[in-house]
Amino acid sequence: MRLSPDEMIFWQYGFLKLNGTIVFTWGLMFVLAAGSKLITRNLSTELKRSRWQNLLEIVVTGIEKQIEDVGLRHPKKYIGFLGTLFLFVALASLCTIIPGYEPPTGSLSTTAALALCVLVAVPFFGIEEQGLGGYLKSYAEPTIIMLPFNIISELSRTLALAVRLFGNMMSGTMILAILLTITPFIFPIAMSALGLLTGMVQAYIFSILAAVYIAAATRGRTARPEPMQDIEA
Amino acid sequence: MDNMTLIAIASIVTAGLTIALGSIGPALGEGRAVATALSSLAQQPDAATTITRTLFVGLAMIESIAIYCFVVSMIIVFANPFWNHVIAQTAGK
Repeated sequence: MRLSPDEMIFWQYGFLKLNGTIVFTWGLMFVLAAGSKLITRNLSTELKRSRWQNLLEIVVTGIEKQIEDVGLRHPKKYIGFLGTLFLFVALASLCTIIPGYEPPTGSLSTTAALALCVLVAVPFFGIEEQGLGGYLKSYAEPTIIMLPFNIISELSRTLALAVRLFGNMMSGTMILAILLTITPFIFPIAMSALGLLTGMVQAYIFSILAAVYIAAATRGRTARPEPMQDIEA
Repeated sequence: MDNMTLIAIASIVTAGLTIALGSIGPALGEGRAVATALSSLAQQPDAATTITRTLFVGLAMIESIAIYCFVVSMIIVFANPFWNHVIAQTAGK
């Protein structure tokens, strides 16, 4: 049984290997890039617009709204990073309805790469917002004793991000493979529908967690929690 | 019993125990989280978006414990380093 698309080799020349993870990742990247390029080629600001533009506007404004809800005040600045994370992970699990495709997020290398991007992006945005000193001081909050624990939490949550996405995606394909050997008629369909739902939830969670980490880094750790506007209604 | 059988028995039993014991805690935790979120949704339907978002993020955090157990048991079953070591030794003999 295959544990990940890493072991699915398309082409090999000595040391160089082209495995399933690389091929599917580049395929998804191509679809995302070419699709958004095609759609945004002729945008209109009038009332009549193409249905693809409507779709893209729904997606972009939806992501912007979610980022703003987490507590980041200028969502336009972060949507390039967080939106890409969401779209990539969501499309990776959505494409599982295509036969022969395996989600590249079911490989630990892909998810580790995504989590490392978050690990780098958090201090990047934090320093940009608070300055180098302000950001570094946030590690020593509330007291200097907490310094090692803050650093450990930074690393362990990166590991958690990577393993969570990997485990969910891998378990989806694994359960399908096991079910196909036991009850190959109806149940695999139900489980793959559940897999689509899990994939969407994981994509949402991955990008929301990244947004929460960035929000914590840009706001400073001692700042009071965000006011809850929508409760007083 | 030789070493190989011992390692096989230990791996299989441990893999089962890992996922069995490791899913009890997250299951109880998720149940409590969802129950509390539902009752607070019933009390304050206006705060539905905030509650749902926090619930999802919290559920993901809780669920990741179970996922760690799953990954560990998958490693024990499909990519067991001790088993591979024994196999390599037997092949080398």
